[in-house]
Amino acid sequence: MIQALFDGVLVGSILSLGAIGLTLVMHILRFANFSHAELLSVGAYCALTFDAVLSGIAPPLANLIGPFSMSAALALSTLAAAILTGFTAVLIDRLVFRRLRDTAGPLTMVFASFGVALIMRNLIALVFGLRTERFTDAISFATMVSSDPLLLIKPDQVAILLIAVAAMAALHLLLTRTTLGFALRAVAENPTLAQVNGIALPSMIRLTWIIGGGLAAIAGVLYGIDNQLSPVMGRDLVLSLFAAAIVGGLGSVTGAMLGGFIVGLASSFAILLLPAGYKPAIPFLVILATLYIRPNGLFGEAR
Amino acid sequence: MIGFVSYLVFFLTITAILAIAVLGLNLQWGNAGIFNGGVVAFFGTGAYIMIILGGPERGGEFGGFGLPWPLALAGGAAAAGLLAILVGLATTRLRHDYLAIATFGIAIAIEAFVRNATYLTGGAKGIRGFERPLEALIDNPFLYSLFFLALAVVLLIIVYAGLSRLVSSPYGRLLRAIREDETAARSLGKNPARVRLEAFVIGAVIMGLAGGLYATFYAFISPQDLAPILTFQIWAMLIVGGAGNNLGAMLGTFVVWGCWVASGYVLSSLAPQELQLYAGTLQYILIGLIIVVTLLIRPRGLLPERLQVTKRPGPQNTGVISNAGEQYQS
Repeated sequence: MIQALFDGVLVGSILSLGAIGLTLVMHILRFANFSHAELLSVGAYCALTFDAVLSGIAPPLANLIGPFSMSAALALSTLAAAILTGFTAVLIDRLVFRRLRDTAGPLTMVFASFGVALIMRNLIALVFGLRTERFTDAISFATMVSSDPLLLIKPDQVAILLIAVAAMAALHLLLTRTTLGFALRAVAENPTLAQVNGIALPSMIRLTWIIGGGLAAIAGVLYGIDNQLSPVMGRDLVLSLFAAAIVGGLGSVTGAMLGGFIVGLASSFAILLLPAGYKPAIPFLVILATLYIRPNGLFGEAR
Repeated sequence: MIGFVSYLVFFLTITAILAIAVLGLNLQWGNAGIFNGGVVAFFGTGAYIMIILGGPERGGEFGGFGLPWPLALAGGAAAAGLLAILVGLATTRLRHDYLAIATFGIAIAIEAFVRNATYLTGGAKGIRGFERPLEALIDNPFLYSLFFLALAVVLLIIVYAGLSRLVSSPYGRLLRAIREDETAARSLGKNPARVRLEAFVIGAVIMGLAGGLYATFYAFISPQDLAPILTFQIWAMLIVGGAGNNLGAMLGTFVVWGCWVASGYVLSSLAPQELQLYAGTLQYILIGLIIVVTLLIRPRGLLPERLQVTKRPGPQNTGVISNAGEQYQS
């Protein structure tokens, strides 16, 4: 029971990070981006590559820190991956979505996002192979925090939780305490009015992609540490991310954070009741329940 | 030679079956503007229910009612429609992208369900064995495959004719009116949520029919047949052919399925043994590229929807309309 609670919170923190970017993009660009989850894979595989390069150049960086299976090299790589993934998102927008934004409706962009997701996922598979990868071969042991009720926690998992919460706090400060954050929220509320007040829409759209991509990359690395990297990790996560965004209410950052934890907890508690094979269906049930009970989510507004 | 001809018959049969599903999607997306991200859920429901209703008894597992084939096929299509009502009731009144997400979700949920509900669906190994209609009477396999092709084509023509009538009827006009401007349609006393739900359900029934036919043809269905790629293939067919145009939908099916089969053949004969694993990966990229590039370069497809312009209003009417417009602007 307590184990399920902890696992749910852990997975939830990763989902929250991914869902924040998704909900921002959906709110500001007004389309459901099915390729967002692939940015998690892009980030994770970028970090994997940088990590290997850094460890090769400067072996001391590759030493594991304390009880964690993370190294300074991986920390640096994650930052670099976040930036690179942000720019990948901007690039994809420029190649595909921006062209469709001017000429076609939002649903055409949804169609295109499925195509983009297929291309991204399979390019990753082509470059890195279909097999799964890990950041480190070191085996990390779980500590038994309590035996009755049983609760096993790995040091890594504590770190994941802390990093995820820190990233969310940083985003919160950015959105509520800086001019840039105000401008972004103004664009989300009313793009036309924001432009009248001298906010450049194109640069705000770029900023949205950079934030969304960066958070996705961090979420991807954390997911890779907790599980493993695989080219299909985006496919496995996409529905959970949407469920988190919908439960929270589209466009609400706070909602997406809470939504991530709700979906994570729902999935981990569902395993207590249902055979594990049904797990992929849980986010769908969460979505369906939300749409029937509270169609605009916890913090969403009707639009 | 006979090998090539029998392969052609096989290819055309699958094309005809897929074309039925594409026509169903064309009603939903092409005419009513409803996004269906889970075509495979309705296709798969039709397939599984058909084989459960019409198949022979399976030791200990649910199903095997041995119903006559047409009844089983209709039952599968109806079950797909019921599923559409369940999803549609929750979503057709909401923002359009909610329907995209919910339908995408149902496809994943259905796949997880059929993979695990072994007592009902045979689990990962699927349901094998089904006596195809009139199979006992036609004992030559090649003749039977010709017969089945004819059967699939006849069903395709029936669906095509029915949909063409529907689309050119006042109801079809209503669908397009709602697609173009929901608020305007509502102001004329129409109920967009209801009409959208109807179109969604009719489209899903047609997809279920295609699924039932697919399972009949193979006498086999398994979770592998419900992989999400089928949804994307069916979209690519519609987008390439031209959303909103039924002939285009069928042409697109032929072109995209042809590309898929040809690319599979080329990759399997050219790629070295150790890279065969990645043939599927390349084919998925191909489908993704077809979708994205068509949307960017030729968004209305090979055979674009023909715009139907109602007859010009008479001189009197024109005057009234332009006056109203001026008043609104001032």
